[in-house]
Amino acid sequence: MKIRLKREYIVLVAAMVCAVGVLSWVRAARGEGGEPRYFAITHARIVPVSGPVLEDGTVVLAKGLIQSVGTNVSIPPEAWVIDGKGLTVYPGLIGAGTDLGLPKPPASAGGGRPAIATTPTGEPILGPEGRPGTSPWRVAADEIKIDDKRIQEWRNAGFTTALTTPDGGIFPGQGTIIDLGGDRAGDFIVKPAATLQVAFTPIGGLFGFPDSLMGTIAYVRQVFDDTSWYGQAEPVYEANVTKFERISYDRTERAIAKAQSRNEIVLLPANTSIQILRALKLTGEWKVPAVIYGGQQAYAVASAIAAQKMQVLVNLKWPEVAKDADPEAEQTLRDLRFRDRAPSTPAALAKAGVKFAFYSDGLTGPKDIFKSLKRATDAGLAPEAALRAITLDAANILGVDDRMGSIQPGRIANLVVTDGDIFNEKTKVKQVFVDGRWYPIHEEPKPSDKPGDTKPESAGTSATAVHGEVGR
Amino acid sequence: MKRVAGLLAFAFALLTPALASAQDSNATLIQNATILTITHGNIEHGSVLIQDGKIAAVGTDLKAPAGATVIDASGQFVMPGIIDCHSHIAVEGSVNEGGPAVSSMANIADVLNPEDISIYRDLAGGVTVANILHGSANPIGGQTVVIKLRWGKSPSELPFQGALPGIKFALGENPKRSNFQPPPGIPPRYPATRLGVEEVIRQAFTEAREYKKQWDDYNQRKAAGEQNLMPPRRNETLVPLVEVLEGKRYVHSHCYRADEILMLMRVAKEFGFKVRTFQHVLEGYKVADEIAASGAGGSTFSDWWAYKAEAYDAIPYNAALMSERGVIVSINSDDAEEASHLNQEAAKAIKYGGLSSNDALKLVTLNPAIQLGIDSRVGSIDVGKDADLVIYNHDPLSVYAVVQKTFIDGQVYFDRQRDIAQRPELAKEKQALIDKEKKAGEEQKKAAEEQKKAAEGTGKKPDKKPEQKKKPPTEIESHGAVAGGAL
Repeated sequence: MKIRLKREYIVLVAAMVCAVGVLSWVRAARGEGGEPRYFAITHARIVPVSGPVLEDGTVVLAKGLIQSVGTNVSIPPEAWVIDGKGLTVYPGLIGAGTDLGLPKPPASAGGGRPAIATTPTGEPILGPEGRPGTSPWRVAADEIKIDDKRIQEWRNAGFTTALTTPDGGIFPGQGTIIDLGGDRAGDFIVKPAATLQVAFTPIGGLFGFPDSLMGTIAYVRQVFDDTSWYGQAEPVYEANVTKFERISYDRTERAIAKAQSRNEIVLLPANTSIQILRALKLTGEWKVPAVIYGGQQAYAVASAIAAQKMQVLVNLKWPEVAKDADPEAEQTLRDLRFRDRAPSTPAALAKAGVKFAFYSDGLTGPKDIFKSLKRATDAGLAPEAALRAITLDAANILGVDDRMGSIQPGRIANLVVTDGDIFNEKTKVKQVFVDGRWYPIHEEPKPSDKPGDTKPESAGTSATAVHGEVGR
Repeated sequence: MKRVAGLLAFAFALLTPALASAQDSNATLIQNATILTITHGNIEHGSVLIQDGKIAAVGTDLKAPAGATVIDASGQFVMPGIIDCHSHIAVEGSVNEGGPAVSSMANIADVLNPEDISIYRDLAGGVTVANILHGSANPIGGQTVVIKLRWGKSPSELPFQGALPGIKFALGENPKRSNFQPPPGIPPRYPATRLGVEEVIRQAFTEAREYKKQWDDYNQRKAAGEQNLMPPRRNETLVPLVEVLEGKRYVHSHCYRADEILMLMRVAKEFGFKVRTFQHVLEGYKVADEIAASGAGGSTFSDWWAYKAEAYDAIPYNAALMSERGVIVSINSDDAEEASHLNQEAAKAIKYGGLSSNDALKLVTLNPAIQLGIDSRVGSIDVGKDADLVIYNHDPLSVYAVVQKTFIDGQVYFDRQRDIAQRPELAKEKQALIDKEKKAGEEQKKAAEEQKKAAEGTGKKPDKKPEQKKKPPTEIESHGAVAGGAL
């Protein structure tokens, strides 16, 4: 409420003291719900990713979309013009695998591996029919909590979009592509059901099913069998209800069949070269539109991945010695080599012509992501390829490159504006646009700052920031 | 002790292209060796010619073709590669899917790991082929696969092409979980008795028979052009059992006691399938005639016994006694380390039971090949068979025998000299990587400390001021521009 009052007050004051042009903007802004919807960033270095860099270009945003981009574009009269001199404009970055907005499930009491997996009603699961760890009907979009503080942190680092995925179990649910800005959860959702997650984690406990990797794979195979059976059997039954016994209801079959009817990508885990080769084989067998996630040892099998035209979400949390590892323990040469070479995977994939994007499995924040990316570029990945991987290629893999991932007319106005090369450690993100909403970035107040010098609560948290700035 | 140290050193020898490199020429001649052919006696000062991965000639007077690699094996022994009929190596994850009593949906072939160091260690023990089995946690366990120990190749290159797949059964204490009880609050899994084990197998095959009927019926009607058919569900648990019924998949059954061996033979007869091998079969000597009559093989240990109640009647004469009664017998490892000296395990059958040297070697070569249905390809040194060979420096039945080279399909997969020669280089690489990692860690720490110091030492001024200076202009500029643009 406080914010609202302030907003109204500001707008009033602004309207009274400003010239006609401003007045017209205010009207326009109020008509659109209080936010400006037209922007032009002029004289900026524009990196569209989909095409050549414009050293002195203008990009015009209108009502959430990129309206035009070029060196000689007309600026609509209602636009806010931002002088982009010295600034670089990139497409908004895409985190292709996060848990942003999804509250962590409460840690199980006592911890450790349960002795047996059970159904929601408590019966022990002893076979595939118990559907262990299976909830493909869960869609991240339905559970997004926009008060997750990490959303702002990521946006401030230049991320405008993320795939956010449910966790836990073998079929945890479906991932959602979200834009990292908006007033309510619904504003965030770009594509509610974007990916079907699969994990080959034996979750049966010591006495339940499945308690082995091969059992888990067998289970996933059975579920895909069941799904395709349902797809075949259901129409036959519906056409002949008097002839056949009715089909029993199985939520898993129905949810996955629906996902498959949308050609939703299936995310299969595979990190080591052996796991990757296995995933390639299983994908061929199961005939699902799969994308591998993990991929850190892909440097060893990049050509096999390319041959099957598989795409990879590379885990940016590069392997390292466990923090609590015994320093006296004998290291194997295999592990040492893996840790040394893992960051060369993106370069190897790029060389082999494999499309890849990055995800941040367990990295604490965007700062670490850039650190990890630097290790990849140090290991031979061209910065242009790295940028492509976190923008256009991520959008392409996730099936949304028709609406984001590059700076082109008609794409969603997701932009990140920096004062330099985005991969330079010293570069600062100055402004971020999410769906055409403007988020100027402010430095976090230091704890030692004078208490009176508090930043407005609008510091990048929502679109009200725009008005806060105007009011100053 | 020495050998143990040697095995540890093998840990250094990792996946390097050099290790599994194909030879340039397709021909290799091993000469001046004692050739233990297994099928037609020993040849002193003999030679084996390998061409295109096959044994091209065996004799005393062979000439190397032009360009062939010649290996002088003077004073050494060449025998067929050892075949381990019961192994659990090269598997990623658990070898047991222990949740259900029937875990036939699980398939070892899905989780083959060609990087398992045990493969290399077993190659160093002369093993070239292994029957990779699911564990014994269930009356009917998972699907099994025969592999060649092609160290360094991809998972899809491990399986022995043409060998029938198998399925693991288990009888007795393990599937009834005598020694593996869940904690209080969790009901023990059925079955809990030998009677129950039998019932589970019987029930599973009853279902498999019904399942097969459903599919046969469906396929028949579909072929006849009938419309609006409801397809049966594919059942990954029953599919392998149908294959057993159709003779397309071998049954390898873990067992100990005579009574349970007879039980499984009865059940198999009732459902019309055959047990291919009884594994462990420690009381096999008691029912050797019945096993021989059923056509099943017996794959046993040399001298392991009394490690649980059902293993108390085991005797080291088991292999010899079963052989005498006409059972095809092999000695297996069931263990990655044991597999590295199966030649010695075979030799024990000479001490216990008085087998001939050749018959003892058969226990780990030709006999397991017969049991796995691959004896037309491997198991002896005969022209036309795969060139899976081992060169020992002594008679392989001697405790002094050490493997010098192991060949699979004519390629050297283990070479003792090369292994030893590579160790310093690998140790150097390892140390370099350790040092590199250490250095990177220290640099990281230093950088973090410096950053911290810089922030503290200067009272935060350098950190804050320039930012404040830098920041407002952009904002001011943009606001200015907004006004300008709007005007």
